[in-house]
Amino acid sequence: MARNDLQGTLDLLVLKTLSQLGELHGYGIVLHIQRASDELLSVEEGSLYPALHRMEMSGWIRSEWKVTDTNRKAKYYRLTPAGQKELQNAEKSFEHLVKGVRAILRYA
Amino acid sequence: MHIFRRIVNTCSRSKLHQEIDAEIQAHVEMRMADNIAARMSPEEARRDALIRFGNRTVMRERMTAMDAATAFDAFGRDLRYAARQLRRSPAFTATALVTLILGIGANVVVFSVLNALVLRPLDVPQPTGLYNVVHKSPGDDNQSYPDYVDFRSKNSTFTDMAAYRFQSAGFTTRDAAYLCWYYRVSGNYFDMLGVQPAQGRFFHASDEHGPNSAPYLVLSHDFWRRHFDSDPKIVGTTVDINKHPFTVIGVAPVTFHGTDLFLWPDFWMPIVDSPDDEGTNFLSIRGMHNLWILGKLKPGVTPQQATDNLNAIARELARQYPEDDYLSARLVKPGLMGDMFGDPARAFLAGIMLLAFLVLLAACTNLALFAARTADRSRELAIRLAIGSSRWDVLRQLLSEAVLLSVLGGALGTLFSTTLLNALTRWQPFREYPVHVTVSPDPKVYFVALLLSICSGMVWGLVPIRQIWATDSVQVMKIGGAGTLAFRRFTLRDLLLGVQITLCTLLVTASFVALRGMQRSLHAPLGFQPQGVVLADTDLHMGGHSGASVTPVRKRMLEEVGRIPGVTSVGIIDETPLGTGGSSTYIYRMGTIDFRPSNMAVGAKYFSISPGYLHAAGTQLLKGRDFTWHDDAKSPKVAIVNETFARSMFGSASALGQEFMMGDKISHEIVGVVENGKYDSLTEAPWAAVFFPLEQNPDSDTSLLVRSPLPPAEILPELRRTLGQIDPSLPFVFHSWPDALAFVQFPARIATATLGVMGLLAAMLAVTGVFGMAMYAVSKRMREFGIRAAVGAQPVQLMGSALSRPLLLLLSGSAAGLLLGVIASRLLAQIVYQATPRDPLVLAGAVITMALLGLAATWIPAQRALRVHPARLLREE
Repeated sequence: MARNDLQGTLDLLVLKTLSQLGELHGYGIVLHIQRASDELLSVEEGSLYPALHRMEMSGWIRSEWKVTDTNRKAKYYRLTPAGQKELQNAEKSFEHLVKGVRAILRYA
Repeated sequence: MHIFRRIVNTCSRSKLHQEIDAEIQAHVEMRMADNIAARMSPEEARRDALIRFGNRTVMRERMTAMDAATAFDAFGRDLRYAARQLRRSPAFTATALVTLILGIGANVVVFSVLNALVLRPLDVPQPTGLYNVVHKSPGDDNQSYPDYVDFRSKNSTFTDMAAYRFQSAGFTTRDAAYLCWYYRVSGNYFDMLGVQPAQGRFFHASDEHGPNSAPYLVLSHDFWRRHFDSDPKIVGTTVDINKHPFTVIGVAPVTFHGTDLFLWPDFWMPIVDSPDDEGTNFLSIRGMHNLWILGKLKPGVTPQQATDNLNAIARELARQYPEDDYLSARLVKPGLMGDMFGDPARAFLAGIMLLAFLVLLAACTNLALFAARTADRSRELAIRLAIGSSRWDVLRQLLSEAVLLSVLGGALGTLFSTTLLNALTRWQPFREYPVHVTVSPDPKVYFVALLLSICSGMVWGLVPIRQIWATDSVQVMKIGGAGTLAFRRFTLRDLLLGVQITLCTLLVTASFVALRGMQRSLHAPLGFQPQGVVLADTDLHMGGHSGASVTPVRKRMLEEVGRIPGVTSVGIIDETPLGTGGSSTYIYRMGTIDFRPSNMAVGAKYFSISPGYLHAAGTQLLKGRDFTWHDDAKSPKVAIVNETFARSMFGSASALGQEFMMGDKISHEIVGVVENGKYDSLTEAPWAAVFFPLEQNPDSDTSLLVRSPLPPAEILPELRRTLGQIDPSLPFVFHSWPDALAFVQFPARIATATLGVMGLLAAMLAVTGVFGMAMYAVSKRMREFGIRAAVGAQPVQLMGSALSRPLLLLLSGSAAGLLLGVIASRLLAQIVYQATPRDPLVLAGAVITMALLGLAATWIPAQRALRVHPARLLREE
């Protein structure tokens, strides 16, 4: 049984974002998810940073302090090989979740 | 990377906080910038940016909680809290600490000794694969030199084999004569062990060219320091050993003390050399078993393969030489003089280790019983659970307390035991023997101590685990933790306490058995009367006397010492019975032609004695006559035998006038029969023994017996002066005969002392254990007792119901312990003289002791139960 919780969904969004854009800071992740989902999804900062921290502890992502385009110091995150693998798992289990939920909605 | 970060985080919690704050700050600033770009006012922009984070403190806590840093932090917090808890109940802390110090300390001491004597290999560069080659029958450990040479040259399983023997000699300087102990070793000894000299060189196999070809000495570091002041120019100088000159060629390193763990030689000498004239004879006598073989296995060869290899050689030798009839080989671990000493020592130490471990277990049981306090803390725990502590947190807290206390107790216990062990290492139990007991703890010991501390903390810390899991905080807070339900059933705690009482009774019984055995051994029929006799031991070779010149010296000693005022009788024997020497020989019936060992009639201990020895020693002559000075080399060979000898050779017929032969094929006539005695150990079965006249069986070992009603201190100065006049170069060792017997009583004394100490520890633990349980039982049921007293119960009834459980445990535990003690005493009988539990005094002693312990443990709780004051109690509740 794949892990089909909502926290898993946040992880998936963050991992996917990083795999698409390479290197990004927390604020960038929030903006990207909001824009890419046509404003449908918004990530709460209060959940994002603990999630980033947890994923870094698990070795899925790596962080580095860098200077932004606007000359601000920010912490940039990038995917590790372990994170790449985790992303595949997360995508698969999300497909399962969507399929399962859809099946239930169509059940009549 | 992230592991590194964890470690960095671990170093500083605040640094992690700073980093999180900086990250959030950056985020807020970027959001503000965007918001302002979207035409918000700066005030609004800031508010919007911040509000999206919700409660930032909570978020930060959640983030730090994930870090390893916080695990350590929590650990530190647990420890601080634990320390506070322990400080809050000093009585419990002190009791628990003392209990742990005793329990862990006892284990550390015993383990150190075990480690030093059994686990630690010999202190040589490559100790693996080293074995002593002994005979198959246990205790028959020595080999002959010709057999050694054959074993060495014919085997295919050892890289090399060395031979050595331990001897004493007189070392004379210009001013004084000293008795010293040394190894005579085969030339390859040092090379095989791979030891390197600290000064000069060692001798090698190539230095040996037949008897007395290599008069060299290698000094021990300690001897070099004591007698030569660590003279750097010592190599090449000549020293006198038994008045024979030897050249010092080297000094051994400070760490090398020969190949026995606790007999340290003063120097080493090639085995082909001898400082006495007769001393190299044995090199050619195949039947003379007087040396140790130490072999080093080839890499990859198992001890079993080597044993088979040597036994094949032994069978071949047995076909060739009648003296090798019984030759067989067996490998034993070196260092403890084969199994003669090694086996009992190993068995005894293993037994004591087990006891020490049980004592520690008992200590843990007690602490768990004390920790029944957790029941009194159940309210506190319930509150912690109610306000959101997880059960795991509470458990971790309790464990922290237990482990903190255990580690503290373990550290203190180790400190005390180290002091004790260092004293033991400096201790030389026997003045006349170079016995060293090196038991200083090494890293292994400290590691075991730490492990024991943590484990014991875990053991008693985990006992209340079920209680924590079952805690229903609402219930507990409602009834105030006075639940009595759990107390009705028999619990693990009861079982542990019962086991503890059993163990205590076992140890108390064993101590009594050992004590009674010791007491009996003081009055045991030894075959001589040691009280009132002073011994003066020497070896006449050390004064350069040998052959025919020995007798006049001895006669002069007997005459002049006999004239000392207060001396009633004097005599000489080569080696006193129950000393450390003692030889045995094969006795054959008349008419025997084939003198191989399997044709012997009896094996007998033999001694050489002067006329008057029997009288001076107090040995009863049952039949016949004592020797006279006319029984000399020119007269017919005569002998005096003991009862066992007479009975096993001649049955009920009179032994007087009968004859027997020894391996030398000369017949001896029996002229006297004496009482049986003890010759090697107090616990031995009766041995046959035969005494020869000194002049017909010459030997340079001399033990002069001086019997006097005066105390030894009054005889000694005059004795010393008289002997010094006869030959100032002879080193004498003086001691009273009872003192000299300390050597044979040593194992029994050690056993009794150890059992006594362990028994005392166990008794203390049992008393505190029973006391703790009874006290707890009474205090938990005070309310119930109050009600019962109020409705008319008699105090005695209350006491009965309060104490029935502890008393039942005491009774059944004691009974089981007594039974085990009776069984264990059979083992003890091998070490202690006539150790038997079938002794009313022992049984009564054990029962009375346990009763007293029980009384001591339940007295105060009983008093408390008796003084129940219902009104006051009910008011308090």
